[in-house]
Amino acid sequence: MLGKLNWHAIPFDQPIPMAAALLVVVTILAVLSLVTWKGWWPYLWREWLTSVDHKRIGVMYVLLALVLLLRGFMDAIMMRSQLAIAAGGAQGYLPPEHYDQIFSAHGTIMIFFMAMPFMVGLMNFVVPLQLGVRDVAFPVLNAISFWLTASGALLVNISLVVGEFARTGWLAYPPLSELQFSPGVGVDYYLWALQISGIGTLLAGINMVTTILKLRAPGMGYMRMPVFCWTALCSSMLIVAAFPVLTATFGMLLLDRYVGMHFFTNDGGGNFMMYINLIWIWGHPEVYILALPAFGIFSEVIATFSGKPLFGYRSMVLATLAICVLSFMVWLHHFFTMGAGADVNAVFGIASMIIAIPTGVKLFNWLFTLYRGRIRFEVPVLWAIGFMVTFAIGGMTGVLQAVPPADFVLHNSLFLVAHFHNVIIGSVVFGAMAGYYYWFPKAFGFTLERRLGVVSFWCWLIGFYLAFMPLYALGLLGMTRRMQHYADLSWQPYLIVAEVGAVIILCGIVATVAQLVVSIRTRESRRDLGGDPWNGRTLEWSTSSPPPAYNFAVLPQVDSLDAFWAMKQRGPRRAAARYESIEVPRNSANGFVTAFFAVVTGFAMIWHIWWLAILGLVCAVLTLLAFGWVERVEQEVSGEQLANDERVRLRPMDPA
Amino acid sequence: MSAQAATAGLAGEEEATPRGQGSDGPAPVRIVVAYGFWIFLLSDIIMFSALFATYAVLSGQTARGPSGHDLFELRHVGIETVCLLFSSYTCGLGVLAIERRRLTFFYVSFALTFALGATFLGLELSEFVGLVARGAGPSRSAFLSAFFSLVGLHGAHVTAGLLWLGFMVAQTAARGPRDFVRRRLLCFSLFWHALDIIWVALLTLVYLMGAR
Repeated sequence: MLGKLNWHAIPFDQPIPMAAALLVVVTILAVLSLVTWKGWWPYLWREWLTSVDHKRIGVMYVLLALVLLLRGFMDAIMMRSQLAIAAGGAQGYLPPEHYDQIFSAHGTIMIFFMAMPFMVGLMNFVVPLQLGVRDVAFPVLNAISFWLTASGALLVNISLVVGEFARTGWLAYPPLSELQFSPGVGVDYYLWALQISGIGTLLAGINMVTTILKLRAPGMGYMRMPVFCWTALCSSMLIVAAFPVLTATFGMLLLDRYVGMHFFTNDGGGNFMMYINLIWIWGHPEVYILALPAFGIFSEVIATFSGKPLFGYRSMVLATLAICVLSFMVWLHHFFTMGAGADVNAVFGIASMIIAIPTGVKLFNWLFTLYRGRIRFEVPVLWAIGFMVTFAIGGMTGVLQAVPPADFVLHNSLFLVAHFHNVIIGSVVFGAMAGYYYWFPKAFGFTLERRLGVVSFWCWLIGFYLAFMPLYALGLLGMTRRMQHYADLSWQPYLIVAEVGAVIILCGIVATVAQLVVSIRTRESRRDLGGDPWNGRTLEWSTSSPPPAYNFAVLPQVDSLDAFWAMKQRGPRRAAARYESIEVPRNSANGFVTAFFAVVTGFAMIWHIWWLAILGLVCAVLTLLAFGWVERVEQEVSGEQLANDERVRLRPMDPA
Repeated sequence: MSAQAATAGLAGEEEATPRGQGSDGPAPVRIVVAYGFWIFLLSDIIMFSALFATYAVLSGQTARGPSGHDLFELRHVGIETVCLLFSSYTCGLGVLAIERRRLTFFYVSFALTFALGATFLGLELSEFVGLVARGAGPSRSAFLSAFFSLVGLHGAHVTAGLLWLGFMVAQTAARGPRDFVRRRLLCFSLFWHALDIIWVALLTLVYLMGAR
């Protein structure tokens, strides 16, 4: 009846997982009862859970990312504390099987459920506004994408309470992840969570590509698009090209595990290096799926706060496209040690080094934009400068490892761990934080508190260097990754420094949370009435903060790059407009309901509850069909109503 | 800029349909939907390409079991191919019919499409059942795992297509050939033709090259 599920699935006998599980359950229950007690359900349902507004969905993505950042960081600080004490004979406080789950969960959560939703969320929120249009191409699909991503995140967190998570690292290499060596449900949690959220990400990518290529304000040719839209386009094209491979690869591993196939097994003619190749054909582009939007954010931030147009716009676009193409030609550098031979390794090594060239172009473009600009040192600029220094170091250690002989020494050492944290924290996290601060007033109508933002930045920056520079040294000293304890006592001082760094990053995270709380409390004094708090250059700043559901009552006419800046130069912001009726999408529960059944199906598959899995799948399909039967997904807003709304909305924006 | 200029620009002198390509503003819904669906098909084909690559690598790994040469019956596969290719033809006719509002012709074409698709699926299933009965199931060897997954994924797509076809016929009957119905039929026909393209690659790489 319940498959493999029984009371033993709940870790009553292990104190640390049990405490973590209780924390999750209590937090969720507390939030749910608060919402019930305050009577917020109708509001939540109407305005958020069934919303198909790209801005709302973007905000929910970012919220998901911030919550999962906390979860992923808890894993991180547990690992750092374990390694700070588990030297010599000491075993630390985490047994190996638990430690293995923690590093697997940390990587999975940080990439798939923190970095991805953060970037997709910012793209969702910003891109239609920057393009001067009213929504993405497929608003309902957008909601489905988000809720499927959230479903995956939910499944990963359920694994904390019911059962276990994978102990196989964040990419679940076979043969370790095969049934023979991982018979538990951990790998199944991993696979189903990522399959479900992966479909969501793929649909989001399709949606974004269509939006950018087919829906732009009149006059906005490709070479007038803001750089963030270009990076979002390239990132989304990479999603469309890479995520299907991930789906296929995980699908094959699932077939191995569930029906005894032999894709990646040791016996039956299987070939586990196939998996490593396939997963990195997805995995390397994934790095750029995350990093390109971050580059876009820095481009916007640096141009805005330097008060100058971006230096070398065309070269920036070309560099982005070059990275987009090259990212598919370097996957093998993740496993030079596979033994493909000197020639193959040399080709991939050189290809990897070539990526440094367009990235270097970008870095110089940012520097030249800053040069002789009137720089305002707002928080996003701090993140941008911190990024440039940190990312340059991370990039150099990357080029170092692109040399195959050097990689044979550094492979799977802490040097590698330091490198990818260096580039991913340096670009993606710093970029996400910059974008969060930069666009927050657009989303909510008030700015974030500045001082705590500065504190957060310095804590992250200093904490990052303390936490990861020792790891480079440890890698060279010979410490491999994923060790639960170590015998060499001379490593311990480095790991204690790294632990201190992690604690300082924790202070940065606390500062970010405090900043949000303080900003909400003091929001009346920091209202953004004009809609343009940073003297911005692109179209999102031409509408009010927060924008109306339809973004622009009349689509703006674009006739240059930095369209809003040009409008401001030309003088009065608004003439009397003639409003025509427009169509706005209706709310739809499709995403929420489909995702609910996706969670049911995933959970049932994980625990081999076949009848429930079939039921869940049938219900999900029926949901899609039922919603597909309804014709009207849009409603009309009449010209008069629009004119009224606009009068109310624009009053505070026009002082004259 | 004045907003009036924007409105005037939208209603502009030249009435050419914007395609969303250059700087002429958002494309109409039909173009956006069809374009988005093309991108989806592209991603679907990439998913197939991962399985094709896997099949290419594993096709020789028979673990001392039967190989394609021992198993494939080209006559059987030939009939399958004819069914699927003809179903694509009838599907195309159906879409032309709905664009001309000739409903009877549309229903006949789509009924034929369904029948041919279902025949294809039945033949594929009978092949699978036969293989499993001969002890050549998907868990026999890496070659057979790759074979069943690649061909089975295509078959799963055909199944989904038949479900969708039934849904679309019902919707056309209930709502008539309205804009949104015709948009969806256009997407369906794109999907059905894409399955043909994949089948042609599959026929060549798996059956024709494997049966030698």
